[in-house]
Amino acid sequence: MSSPPRPVPDPDVAGAPFWDAAARHELVLQKCTSCGTVRHPPRPMCPVCNSMESMFEQASGGGRIWSWVVAHAPVLPSFADKVPYNVVVVELEEGVRMIGNLLDVEDDAIAEGMEVVVDFEDVEEGVSLPVWRPA
Amino acid sequence: MKYSLENTFEHDIARNLGIPNLRYFGDVAYGGGAGCGAVGHAAMAIATGTAETVVVWRARNRGSGGRPWASKSNRIGGELQWYLPWGLSRPVDQIAMLARRHMIEYGSTDEHLAAVAMAFREHALNNPYAMMKKPMTREDYFDARFVSEPLRLFDCCLESDGALAVVLTTPERARDLRQPGALVSGFSQGIGPDHMVMANYFTPDPLDSPGAYAAKDLWNAAGMGPEDIDCVQLYDAFSPLVVISLEAYGFCKPGEGGAFAASGALRAQGGSLPCNTSGGSLSEAYVHGMNLIIEGVRQLRGTSTNQVQCETVMVTSGNGVPTSSLVLRKAA
Repeated sequence: MSSPPRPVPDPDVAGAPFWDAAARHELVLQKCTSCGTVRHPPRPMCPVCNSMESMFEQASGGGRIWSWVVAHAPVLPSFADKVPYNVVVVELEEGVRMIGNLLDVEDDAIAEGMEVVVDFEDVEEGVSLPVWRPA
Repeated sequence: MKYSLENTFEHDIARNLGIPNLRYFGDVAYGGGAGCGAVGHAAMAIATGTAETVVVWRARNRGSGGRPWASKSNRIGGELQWYLPWGLSRPVDQIAMLARRHMIEYGSTDEHLAAVAMAFREHALNNPYAMMKKPMTREDYFDARFVSEPLRLFDCCLESDGALAVVLTTPERARDLRQPGALVSGFSQGIGPDHMVMANYFTPDPLDSPGAYAAKDLWNAAGMGPEDIDCVQLYDAFSPLVVISLEAYGFCKPGEGGAFAASGALRAQGGSLPCNTSGGSLSEAYVHGMNLIIEGVRQLRGTSTNQVQCETVMVTSGNGVPTSSLVLRKAA
């Protein structure tokens, strides 16, 4: 029996530029054009200066592992064929954090502070997720 | 008053009871974070004269609907789009991520979490209503399977169906009732800065939990501090939440909650801060924290099956989500 399709983003106005860039295998971050604060996940208003104006800038693509879990069964059916699998929080060089999966590393070898770089996993037509590999 | 993720409606209860007009009702947001808030809103309605008697209830019947995070569609909008696509899907995964970070920053360990789970199990053994009936050794804890590393099976709450209610009324009316009352001394709610529902790793310091913000208002409202509390009931959907709440509400310094639990402090039998004396969500039942509020009332009435010397109780709701808390004390 095949797994049901993986969950994929249903982008809103604020998040669409991030997901459009990801589909091109580019990692971008939202930046307030008024005060310069970088924020993630994307949202309409800057929490620092309340400006509604923002732009998306190319991220360096580098970061460090901030925390991680290893999920074991039972999980959602669409992830059942992957267990055990890791989910990581990466602290990007730009200072924001992002959730992803760390590839090419045994789950037992994941460590806090490990340097990682972004890559992209194509999950369905037109949808790619940022994922991470050791730097 | 109800709180969100509740499937039984006010009008249904009113129709079944034949109530001619229900003149006050409300719904406090954020599921497990909301129980104490619902009690607080009820107390405010009574204090303003809007209502004289308010029932706060929780009913769970998992067979009659899907789990909220088990979406039927694979198109995920809202804040879930920022974590579900990578498989961070279950509440246990979201709290395990915070637990790992607590271990990294403060050196807390799974031995600390084992102490939390074992203390609550010990309490459940004296409680005839508790679902868990067998003692738990350290080996039992460590031999159990991982659910989401670093969390194991007994770090997770039970799965329960059940229904519970708290009745609030004026102190004057309560004096005439057969059961001694418990007085709501203070309540608070809090979200803290830049918070999402649960997968909350985007704030400057995710270990600075919503409870740390609710705590300041709680102690102000109650006119007391953590040193004045005899017994606590801390929301324990997962064992690390107990550690984080001990720190948030000032019973320990940041980072010291795990070691405090491991010292035996949470045990009804001789502990300095008896905690979740009915067995809590880990070993009594998981009813979205309403059983913790009720056990707090039992401690004040002297009817707990793990009774401690108790004039004051603090109760928290879920502290990985926007949260709420209560101080209860013996009615004069």
